[in-house]
Amino acid sequence: MLQFVNTLLTGLGQGAVYAAFALALVLIWRSTRVVNFAQGAMAAFTTYLALLVVESTGSWWVGLLVALASGLVLGAGVERVVVRRVGPHNELGAVIVTLGLFVALQALASILFGAQFRSFPAPAGLEGFSRGGVTIALTPSMLITVGAVAVVLLGLVALFRFTDVGLRMRASAFDGEVARLLGVPVGRMLTLGWALAALVGSLAGVLIAGGSLVWPAYMDTVIVNGFVAAVLGGLDSPGGAVVGGLAMGVILALVTGYVGSDLVPLAALAVLVAVLLVRPQGLFARTAARRV
Amino acid sequence: MAAPVRPTEQAGTASRSGREPGRWAGLAARFRPKATFARHAALALLALVVVVLVLELTGPFRNSQFATMSYYAIAVAGLTVLTGLNGQISLGHGALMAVGAYTAGLLLPADIPLLVVLVIAAGITALVGVLVGAAAARLKGPYLAGATLAFAVALPGLAIHFDEALGGEQGLPVPSPRAPDWFADAVYFLSANETSSAKYLAYVGWVVAIVAFLLLANLTASRIGRIWKAVRDDEVAAELAGVRLSRVRVLAFTVSAACAGLAGGVLGVVVRLAAPTGFTIVLSISLLTAVVLGGLGSLLGAVLGSALLVFLPPAVTNLGTSAGLTDVQAAQLAPFVYGAVLILVILLAPGGVVGTVRARWRARTTAPAGAPEERTGRS
Repeated sequence: MLQFVNTLLTGLGQGAVYAAFALALVLIWRSTRVVNFAQGAMAAFTTYLALLVVESTGSWWVGLLVALASGLVLGAGVERVVVRRVGPHNELGAVIVTLGLFVALQALASILFGAQFRSFPAPAGLEGFSRGGVTIALTPSMLITVGAVAVVLLGLVALFRFTDVGLRMRASAFDGEVARLLGVPVGRMLTLGWALAALVGSLAGVLIAGGSLVWPAYMDTVIVNGFVAAVLGGLDSPGGAVVGGLAMGVILALVTGYVGSDLVPLAALAVLVAVLLVRPQGLFARTAARRV
Repeated sequence: MAAPVRPTEQAGTASRSGREPGRWAGLAARFRPKATFARHAALALLALVVVVLVLELTGPFRNSQFATMSYYAIAVAGLTVLTGLNGQISLGHGALMAVGAYTAGLLLPADIPLLVVLVIAAGITALVGVLVGAAAARLKGPYLAGATLAFAVALPGLAIHFDEALGGEQGLPVPSPRAPDWFADAVYFLSANETSSAKYLAYVGWVVAIVAFLLLANLTASRIGRIWKAVRDDEVAAELAGVRLSRVRVLAFTVSAACAGLAGGVLGVVVRLAAPTGFTIVLSISLLTAVVLGGLGSLLGAVLGSALLVFLPPAVTNLGTSAGLTDVQAAQLAPFVYGAVLILVILLAPGGVVGTVRARWRARTTAPAGAPEERTGRS
């Protein structure tokens, strides 16, 4: 019973990170209809920058700030320099370009920061809380992880619901042409959307690295799990992404705990195939009419 | 069945060539066989002659590079048919190659002839392709890319989980078949060269590649190929015309997967090892790079792209080490260039090498009737 509870708790902690990552994918998908396969490589890159800062200053929080700021800049730069030039109705081209960014950034990270495993410090203790001789798998680090994701989530909701910029971003994503006619600087809003998404992705990168190892490809499985989480939630729905992320965290933790960690990616694939076959529009998206 | 479509195609070429073709185009048209199959077979024979010449005139090191190029060419050809003609993207082809390589590694120790093993490898991978394709048939663009990405990340886990049968992290050694005596005699008779193992494997790889290319070329020129293109260009129109979309997509994926399995089998015997680390997501993306650089849907482009995959990494790695990078860093320059090539080709020349050259050529040969100033400028 205790093992089951602990597995669930670990899963929810991981799931918070998948939720953040899925949210980053959803933000970009909503605004530009691109699935950003480079998200993981971008996050790995900013996590390396954070690691450099953490090693020189000794402060995890300064590292996190650097990761978030560099994510913001990287996301805006990628949208401005590369993605915008692909053109709006080139689905295949957009996928290929983000894949190109994915390999190029990953290779660049190993050239600049080295390909070996490096350990990333945890924000706080990794010992589980214990009471009366029973230790549960809830650690201070995990609380910080979940808390950070919750803060960012609430911040995004507040931004989109209550601010003028958020309204303009929603308008640009909903119908760029009409928004442009109404005087919304759509291009700038899309850049801002990518920047925010990359910020959320960077957060996920630092959180998943905390207390474990970093290498240039460490985000590869996170991309897959985050993508599956986003599809599970409907790819269009931020709330769905969060629920999907938590669900993926729990499912994968159960597979790790009771079947074997080698088969975790296979479980992710199975979930993805099941969702796509049974409910391709995801658990939360409203059905869209088919456009011809 | 093919009759309703054929006449319009021929009418198209006739009207195009009717507009005063260049001298070379006219000469080529006179000596070109009329039937598609005859034309493809003639090209295949020509390719065989080129392969023999190249392999006999180069040393063992180049021979082994050409052996590598042969399996890349097969896999890239399969992927270019899928992506270029049917519009489906796959990041799972690296993993499908793994299926072929592991099949070769499991079957070759049982003394089954190499060609039979390769055919079985293609068949088993095609079966996996049916499964992936059936799940993928309802997906488009980014969804398909994500699903095949998940497949590519998941499959190596199987090799590690079943490590007793599949060798785990270390991988499965693949016995490299010896060249038969008649082959050595034939090579000696032809060029007085000794036969090396690399040379035999390069010949095997390229003969397999030429057969695969011949089959793919005929398939794309057939009714099936036209249906694939119709689905790619406008799936609603194709569906209204009576095409069953999901069947067509599954078939395209299966054919493409069979090519990947064949390529994986050749890879197994050339590399002599099937290991999870050999089939990373970077392999899938480098195949995609070759497809995009050569030109989506072009078999000639597949050959050009696979040449890039073989000859570019040593070149940039040398550049890197001479610029002061460590070996580990320099080895990462090749994937970096792959990524940069993917981005630049899509942004600057989406047709790839073959598509861009063909567009230029067409713009020159079909004389612009409404542009007299350009005509005077050329003469």
